[in-house]
Amino acid sequence: MKSLEEFVELFAEQFDETDASVFTPQTVFHDVEEWSSLTGLSVIAMVDEEFDVTLKGDDVKTSVTIEDLYNKVISKL
Amino acid sequence: MAFLQIKNVEMVGVAGGVPKQIVPTISTTSKYGAEDFVATTGVAEKRYSNEFTTSDLGLAAAERLIADLQWEKNEIGALIFVSQTPDYILPATSCILQDRLSLSKDCYSLDISLGCSGWVYGMSVISSLMQTGMIKKAILIAGDARKQCFEEADQLFGFAATATALEYRDGADGFQFHFGTDGSGYDAIIKPVGGCRNQVTAENLVPKMCEDGRMRHGFQTHMKGLDVFAFGITTAPKSIKKLVAEYNLNVEKIEYYVFHQANKKMNETIRKKLKLTEEQVPYSMTNFGNTSSASIPITIVTQLKDKIKSGKRTEFIGCGFGVGLSWGTIHFTTENLVISNLVEL
Repeated sequence: MKSLEEFVELFAEQFDETDASVFTPQTVFHDVEEWSSLTGLSVIAMVDEEFDVTLKGDDVKTSVTIEDLYNKVISKL
Repeated sequence: MAFLQIKNVEMVGVAGGVPKQIVPTISTTSKYGAEDFVATTGVAEKRYSNEFTTSDLGLAAAERLIADLQWEKNEIGALIFVSQTPDYILPATSCILQDRLSLSKDCYSLDISLGCSGWVYGMSVISSLMQTGMIKKAILIAGDARKQCFEEADQLFGFAATATALEYRDGADGFQFHFGTDGSGYDAIIKPVGGCRNQVTAENLVPKMCEDGRMRHGFQTHMKGLDVFAFGITTAPKSIKKLVAEYNLNVEKIEYYVFHQANKKMNETIRKKLKLTEEQVPYSMTNFGNTSSASIPITIVTQLKDKIKSGKRTEFIGCGFGVGLSWGTIHFTTENLVISNLVEL
């Protein structure tokens, strides 16, 4: 199973213009300037590929920090 | 398990009709630019016109196809119209098309209300009708175009209608299908007003701010993009794998996988999950957008016309998935497929 740190790294890879160093488990990702529904698609695809977990739109919308989202992924494993 | 095998029916022709007006992608939200939208969805431009209904485009495609096949119109025994943009709430558009196409009154006509999965479902219905040989020739018209109320061109969806011609032939390989439905996701893609659940009122026609920062009224399509995306990338590969396993299909022999043209990100994810090459998976979304139930045949018409050689057996898998939620996968083989030139109105 991938750790929270690995998840944050994978999450950061979905962004083209935002530096990876910006992202921590506590990052409120909806507030990241580059975040949009298009990045949301990339995150869902990444979780599907790396964890074989299907996130719902609401899982992404109701998560505040990257750690929240990681916990939702883990709960679906 | 919703598997289906139909023998003795062959797909003999396909044509597409689109508006000639090309609309490039522009940015309609402050959340991302046109460039990012194109990079993610793959849709650089699409066909749009408020002048033609789906049936106008479908009629033009069918006329061209019938002429190219040199069919006699009175031989056509069934006409199925798959669309969610019919001419009227009633009567069925297929009835109107029977007359506009000057088909015989001895004609079975039926409308099917499905979108992204619609062509595959339409193929199963029309080939089932034909398999006993009572109906020898039939036409399936599928697509979506002009809406109930005037709308500017959508950034993702393009207008198109297609005609697919089928013939009864004793001994033909026919088709294999897999189907699925999950109505719990009925509101993932929905036009909430205009049917009988939410009646037409003046208030329902007032545009309201949606979650994505765009204004829409009740007659417009509302979509939960992330949910649809998650659905597509998981359901489509599974459906294809199930069909291949059920009928022991030799994947080495399948030349093209023609997917519903949802968006590039979704289709590329599906392609990679199935470990398919880029050559095996043609895309029409770049120039035509997501064309709903027209997307699989319009991709064949616009991307494969020069690649499919007449007289050479070509095996395909087609997979449609989306609004419903509904999905379907078809395996079919063509040998002398007539692909008409794209009809532009």
